[in-house]
Amino acid sequence: MENALKLFSQKGFYNTTIPDIAKAMKMSVGNMYNYFSSKEELAKYAIKYSTNILALELREINNMEISSKEKVSIFVNKYLENVQKSPEVIEYFLRVYLSNREVFKQGCEGFLCVGEFVTEVMILLDTGAQNKEFREQEFFPAFAMIMGCLGGFAFLSGEKVLDKDLLEYSDAVADNIYRALKYEE
Amino acid sequence: MKNKEKPTVVWFQAITCNGNTHSLLSANSNRLELFFDSFNLIYHPSLTIDKSLDDILNSNSKIDFLLVEGSISNNKKFFQISNNSTYNHLTKLIKKATYVISVGSCASFGGIHAMFKEHVGVKSVKEYFDKTLLKHQIINLGGCPVHPEWLLQTMFLLKDYGRIALDNEGRPKELYSSLVHHGCTRNEYFEWKVEGEFGTKEGCLFYDQGCRGPMTHGSCNKILWNDVSSKTRAGMPCVGCTEPTFPRDDMLNTKKNIGIPFEVPLGIPKRAYLSITGVAKTFKIDRLNKKLMD
Ligand code: SF4
Repeated sequence: MENALKLFSQKGFYNTTIPDIAKAMKMSVGNMYNYFSSKEELAKYAIKYSTNILALELREINNMEISSKEKVSIFVNKYLENVQKSPEVIEYFLRVYLSNREVFKQGCEGFLCVGEFVTEVMILLDTGAQNKEFREQEFFPAFAMIMGCLGGFAFLSGEKVLDKDLLEYSDAVADNIYRALKYEE
Repeated sequence: MKNKEKPTVVWFQAITCNGNTHSLLSANSNRLELFFDSFNLIYHPSLTIDKSLDDILNSNSKIDFLLVEGSISNNKKFFQISNNSTYNHLTKLIKKATYVISVGSCASFGGIHAMFKEHVGVKSVKEYFDKTLLKHQIINLGGCPVHPEWLLQTMFLLKDYGRIALDNEGRPKELYSSLVHHGCTRNEYFEWKVEGEFGTKEGCLFYDQGCRGPMTHGSCNKILWNDVSSKTRAGMPCVGCTEPTFPRDDMLNTKKNIGIPFEVPLGIPKRAYLSITGVAKTFKIDRLNKKLMD
């Protein structure tokens, strides 16, 4: 699946063909169709697959008995590690999912394919607010604060404009996110 | 009301606003008639009846059904009837009774009177008399006020069968095992997270207006009020009046953290709830966002 993600994010959704993917996945085209009836279906499966990796990581962090500040910091670190180690996972989200909305319109409406990950972000925010570590605000601005910031960083890294190693920014990014969410007396 | 065959009923009023009496008198008229035909209401302080409370207290006759409205206090200075505390009166009455039914939230759980910390010793019937030897344990009919039909059904069931299954709060399972959410006409709006407003026909009142339907035991939306309506049907959020936690602070407001409800429907883990509703919220269903009638 990672190979398929890589192909999609490098070549774009429309320039990638099923034979390309079959080849990358070391499968015959016929066998490929046994699993996915079309390229669209494969793309939808891929978005669930890639966000579930993040969802599982965040769920583990959510289950830890630590402060929400620490949770944000560990999550940012893990996310940036993912950007570095498996850029295809994040790039797929940014370059395919967000840029080809028409492909995902049916069957991936709203949060349908990214629901597990969004749920974990909700749990992170909810727990933080309940413990009075995060201030009360609406969900979407808080959500966009976290994901927009991380997505932006993944983009900067993909464009190779960062002058330092990606992970060196981890603490500063986490701190910015925490400050945007933090409880104020 | 003089028929000896009929079970006798005494309605004792303690610290109350009289709401449950009003509720009973607003019952469906056929049903109320059937009640008066089937039971012998020998005492009620708000109705014209031959006997006084003292007559009942001084009599040796048994009482089949003792209905208590209002919370109880053992402090005469705080509240008294005929120079005695409600606790002392009730101690005498309970000894004569076969069935004791707490009618409404104050008698069942203390209600609004027990809420203030200054009201020391103001409690529910059960808190004072749980150990009393009765044929049947004290039955709690939570509700502010209780639905008249719930009281009548309980009475008829006990009259005819002598027993009734109770939940952990002492409420008849038959009436309190489902949630107020069941039968609410707004369920589809709840499913798709379409918010509603007070007094309108559209939308669910859970997201902003504090509706407790999904966490409150009661059959308000199954056994309708005045046979036609319920709070939520009329556009008023359920305030959870059948539960021991009633009344709560800020009842018409949904407590939220970052837009996420603090409490989720009974028995659903928060993560599961969020995952389903998070997805549902991103759907825009035109039909549900339109007025039902223009
Ligand atoms: S208004 Fe209340 S009872 Fe009705 S569907 Fe919404 S939450 Fe349930």
